[in-house]
Amino acid sequence: MTAAPAAVSVAELEEIARTLRCHVLRMIAAANSGHPGGSLSATEIVCALYFGGVLRHDPAQPLWPDRDRFILSKGHGVPVLYAALAERGYFDVEELWTLRQIDSRMQGHPVQGVTPGIEASTGSLGQGLSIGIGHALAARLDGRDYHTFVLMGDGECQEGQVWEAAMTAGNYRLGSLTAIVDANKFQLDGPVDAINSLAPLDAKFAAFGWRVIEVDGHDIAAVVDALQQARAGTDAPTCIIAHTVKGKGVSFMEHNNEFHGKAPTAEQLAAALESLS
Amino acid sequence: MAQTLALPLGRATREAYGDALLVLGTVNPDVVVIDADLAKSTFSWTFGKQFPDRFFNIGIQEANMVGVASGLASSGKIPFISSFAAFVLCKGFDQLRMGAAYPRLNVKVAGSHGGISIGEDGVSQQSVEDVALACALPGFVVCVPADEHAMRAAVHAAAAHDGPVYLRLGRPKAPIVHEPAVPFAFGKAIQLRDGDALTIVANGLLVSEALLAAEELSAHGIEARVLDMHTVKPLDREAIARAARETEALVVAEEHLHHGGLGSAVAQAASLAAPVPIEYVDLGDQYAESGKPGDLMKKYGMTAAAIVAAAQRVIARR
Ligand SMILES: Cc1ncc(C[n+]2csc(CCOP(=O)(O)OP(=O)(O)O)c2C)c(N)n1
Repeated sequence: MTAAPAAVSVAELEEIARTLRCHVLRMIAAANSGHPGGSLSATEIVCALYFGGVLRHDPAQPLWPDRDRFILSKGHGVPVLYAALAERGYFDVEELWTLRQIDSRMQGHPVQGVTPGIEASTGSLGQGLSIGIGHALAARLDGRDYHTFVLMGDGECQEGQVWEAAMTAGNYRLGSLTAIVDANKFQLDGPVDAINSLAPLDAKFAAFGWRVIEVDGHDIAAVVDALQQARAGTDAPTCIIAHTVKGKGVSFMEHNNEFHGKAPTAEQLAAALESLS
Repeated sequence: MAQTLALPLGRATREAYGDALLVLGTVNPDVVVIDADLAKSTFSWTFGKQFPDRFFNIGIQEANMVGVASGLASSGKIPFISSFAAFVLCKGFDQLRMGAAYPRLNVKVAGSHGGISIGEDGVSQQSVEDVALACALPGFVVCVPADEHAMRAAVHAAAAHDGPVYLRLGRPKAPIVHEPAVPFAFGKAIQLRDGDALTIVANGLLVSEALLAAEELSAHGIEARVLDMHTVKPLDREAIARAARETEALVVAEEHLHHGGLGSAVAQAASLAAPVPIEYVDLGDQYAESGKPGDLMKKYGMTAAAIVAAAQRVIARR
């Protein structure tokens, strides 16, 4: 495959998103550790990238030089990325159930060079956007037309490095770079606004020279549309602020930050899978 | 391995950190606590709930946190700052260098989730270089307490000490190796067992493994001295000199990279006092991975069994 996979219908995308959510919950329950909340909030974003005809990639050649790059800067959300990579054929779905176990490629946070399809080692928040700049600069130097997407958490945007990168990407006019913020309004210890508010996030990115697009991060058609606009590029980097709900799709996890970093019990898993079906 | 020695599991040293902060907050109004969005994991939240005016959860910005602590200390406060060790030391290193070590300020750094025994989160959250980094900061006291009793004592010692301190906190419940009223002072090793065949020098979670190893060695007629070397800097050079002279062989055990931790410090001290064979039990020169804590400690060779094997090697070299 040398082009973006053909786009599928909204209904099909919604079905795939449901499958990804079920994988996420099963993986984290099997590991009895992990971060459900931030995987579930990012599900439509990851689904749109990998199944919505956005990313140009080839699972058979994870290091194809012309592939689009996707860097999961909020590394703790990796279960949803593993789920998408498995469903796309980077590795077997069965491997998902080894999440966080010894000798597994399904490491607790993304590890470059270990898991096919993982572009950067993350898990220490705040670093992915800088790495994305490097890929975008390399594309410019090599005359390649790939696009680089970086997914960050809103809490993650408290890191100073994010703003060093924002300044740099804006000044370098990196139109082939897109930052996506999974704005689920929570971080580890509580609501982002209560801990150290980022508002107004749109104006901050705009002030650094970015084109800003705000979108409902669970409206998959809208997310695909925003990503495609971003991929089409301008002479400025694009920031997509995706307004999301932490724990989305599982009633007792939605807006409940207890599930930031806690696995569901067997009963909770059964209830969650039931509510998703 | 014969498990004759029963070491009851106590609280995690990070929980004991929270306990001690709460007491400190009551007795010392100058104590201020900062965390970087890990307050529930480091247990600094224990203080935060009780003293909201003197608690700042600054968000996910470890370098900024260190700088803020530098300013607070310069204005007479005693800041205790916490995050995962991997983040506060790696992201805050220059700020620690310029804002705490160089001006010798009263900044107390608590790095939680030290070592690989944090388990499933994997390498990004496993701090395996924090002791080396902290030791590279002139004037810093660097301390890795083994259990809840030592940790509480260390927090109080840190508050009483005039200058920068690094405390490593652990995630899992830690076996109790000390009495509640442990005689604790920075830079003074605690001897937990005596022997003449070798000395096992350990800190953190490896102290309990050292005691189990000593028990096993004793069953084979080998009597080991065991030192809890909680303070890596300033090192108790006298205890090392005595151990080297009296037992003529050392094993150093720590949950850390090979380079720059307790092993390096002990080797330097021994080389000056009385060069003797030394063997090392540590992570080596590599990162670990995700997995259950016990499985990881086994796979990466930081167990009582690994200490026993190192003891046999060092005795053969004597
Ligand atoms: C540098 C760094 N500091 C702290 C952490 C611990 N941590 C893991 S997730 C998290 C909260 C992240 O919040 P956000 O970016 O909003 O992610 P989400 O809510 O989508 O899970 C924190 C503080 C970390 N992984 N890296």
